[in-house]
Amino acid sequence: MAGPDDLSALMRLARQGDEEAYRRLLGQIAIWLRAVVRRGLASAGRGPAESEDIVQEALLAVHLKRETWDPSRPLGPWLRAIARHKLADHLRRRGFHDHLDIDEWSNAPELAVEVEAPAAIDSRRMLASLPDRQRTIVQEISLEGHSAADVATRLGMSEGAVRVALHRALKALAAFYRREQP
Amino acid sequence: MNTDQLVEALVADGAAGTNPIGRSLGLALAAGIALSLVVFFLTLGIRPDIRPALETWRFDLKIATALLGLVLAFGVCRDCARPDMPRHPLRRLLPLLALIVAAVTVELALVPEAAWRQRLIGSNSLICLPMVPILSLAPLAAVLWTLRRAAPASPVLAGAAAGLMAALSGATLYAFHCFDDSPLFVATWYTLATLIVTSVGALLGRRLLRW
Repeated sequence: MAGPDDLSALMRLARQGDEEAYRRLLGQIAIWLRAVVRRGLASAGRGPAESEDIVQEALLAVHLKRETWDPSRPLGPWLRAIARHKLADHLRRRGFHDHLDIDEWSNAPELAVEVEAPAAIDSRRMLASLPDRQRTIVQEISLEGHSAADVATRLGMSEGAVRVALHRALKALAAFYRREQP
Repeated sequence: MNTDQLVEALVADGAAGTNPIGRSLGLALAAGIALSLVVFFLTLGIRPDIRPALETWRFDLKIATALLGLVLAFGVCRDCARPDMPRHPLRRLLPLLALIVAAVTVELALVPEAAWRQRLIGSNSLICLPMVPILSLAPLAAVLWTLRRAAPASPVLAGAAAGLMAALSGATLYAFHCFDDSPLFVATWYTLATLIVTSVGALLGRRLLRW
């Protein structure tokens, strides 16, 4: 994984509208999150089965809460704070209340080793919880790789309306995780 | 949906057009204060003797204290909106505390002991106590609404900071109406009203600002 400085630079590019930079950034963050979350689950005495759900929830937070990152600061501490929050929140919902300090090991070099992504348990249910039109739009874009403009043509909507629906769907997915009980 | 597919959805949503949270909070506060200004002029209005009052140090100090508090509370609120909140966000409020203590000390030294009680109770405490919170309502609602987009490390603390900032904006407006300028009055009743709004903010934050 690239160093934290590179991540800050990628986020700056992404905010200027560089799609490829944003894709690379989120991909690298996902790899890092996967390792951090596994280690966090292990130290709470849990297996890696739920890890990908937490990774996805944290990625959604990175995306939806990106305006709380101050570009004059490095991205690393901000990312760690989000990972810590989502991990602790996930564990709390499952009755684990001990303090968990990810700062001790979230910088460890061995975290850079990529592990295979397991299946996310909840995202199928998450998608099913969306209204039909939003679910179609998310599926067309994420599963089938269409652009927002293509989806707009296929569904007979304006591109703006597709973007609004996509954004609402992402917010709904984030809310789904918060509501969800063990 | 696997994680790569989620990333595609996030990329399609895009990262452009991101406003810093501090700017959004500032706009929300300004909108809330604008609404409270309307309420202020409809219900209270500026005191009739504003011109001579502006030339007294007690009135000026009262306004300066409320404004300093508002500026400092804005910094606290912006800090609290971040997941990587600084370790001691309330440290920013120390100058406000120092100013209040200094003002009270000076007032106690200037005013004979027999008059302390009258200065403290003043004539408006029963108006101050409800009106500062009422004038804080719109700013509190606007700021909490904006903070729902944020990622506060502590929702309770972020809510409290929103309440503090809203209360100090309400207090600044109210200060232009109130005849009681003694630091003894301000330190007591304004502080009490501010603590009420801050507590309400903390309670609302706990419910509304989880993410």
